[in-house]
Amino acid sequence: MEIPYTVKERKDTGLYNAKLGIWLFLASEVMLFGALFSAYILLRVGATPGTWPHGLLNVPLGTLNTIVLIVSSVTVVMAWASLKMNQFGKWRMYQAATLVCALIFLVIKSFEYHDKLTHYEVVTKEGDKHHVYDGHLVQEDKDKVVLHPSAHRLYTARAIALGFGPEPAGAHAPADHGAKGHAEKEALVTIQRSTIEHMENYGPKHHPYLAIYFTLTGLHALHVIGGALVMAFFFGPGAKMWKTDPERFTNRIEISGLFWHFVDLVWIFLFPVLYLL
Amino acid sequence: MSLKSFHIVFMLATLALSLFLTVWAYQEFARTQVTSYLAAAICAAVTSLAVLVYGRFFLKKLKHISYQ
Repeated sequence: MEIPYTVKERKDTGLYNAKLGIWLFLASEVMLFGALFSAYILLRVGATPGTWPHGLLNVPLGTLNTIVLIVSSVTVVMAWASLKMNQFGKWRMYQAATLVCALIFLVIKSFEYHDKLTHYEVVTKEGDKHHVYDGHLVQEDKDKVVLHPSAHRLYTARAIALGFGPEPAGAHAPADHGAKGHAEKEALVTIQRSTIEHMENYGPKHHPYLAIYFTLTGLHALHVIGGALVMAFFFGPGAKMWKTDPERFTNRIEISGLFWHFVDLVWIFLFPVLYLL
Repeated sequence: MSLKSFHIVFMLATLALSLFLTVWAYQEFARTQVTSYLAAAICAAVTSLAVLVYGRFFLKKLKHISYQ
């Protein structure tokens, strides 16, 4: 049985079915990401003044990832255009380049996640006195924990309650990204395990900012993985269709390209919101 | 909307982002006097121009492909 409207356009919609399907799917995706963006705005507006982080994320890495995704959107459209011009060899080259870009994006993202998951806040108690340390984990054993203090940190409700909140505005920018922040990096801090009251990494439960950061970027990364898997299928076993039904295959590439562009467009909004503002 | 049309929308968003990045990096340079921000602002401005040049190339190369 032949599936209708995989190549020809339906008269009532003016589109072939897969294109109508992907646009309906993308409309639902807009609602999904839109809801999460709204959650971000509400969390940010509702945060205690001075506690929402600035400069916590690595802007050069984020910029590099943005460039990688922009390049991938160019290669994906060029791949489709190559098929339209009957140039299968060129399509293979552009499709492979898109897959490489997706891989680079995910590798860079994993480095960023690793940076957050090895960043710790440690609350110690000696006698009646509390202290809050913050930095990247350098070494840990059963007796001690060694941290490299970070220039950029978050202020959790626990730290604020213990009197380790941000300094008043004008006294010292708590997370100033620039030369000043880097100059303030201190030497390694060794903490005895017996004094540790609480120790938690910069995972999603540590702070509302990290919760929304991991949710938004994690969901986006899942979309990148999904899109890359589909494109990898078309690059591999799915490419056989080019010999039997080239027009339908070209339409499939267009559909995967539309999805990929949506994923890239989401990142174009995510990058300034999470990294710059 | 075809991939061609969506790509144009995407490149407009990219242009807006690169212009925003130019302004953001320049403001950071004015605030901190760190030269790497100035370099970033110049790179972002050059990227904005590159996006415009690419847009022209793209429209010329794909002129025979439909927008729908």
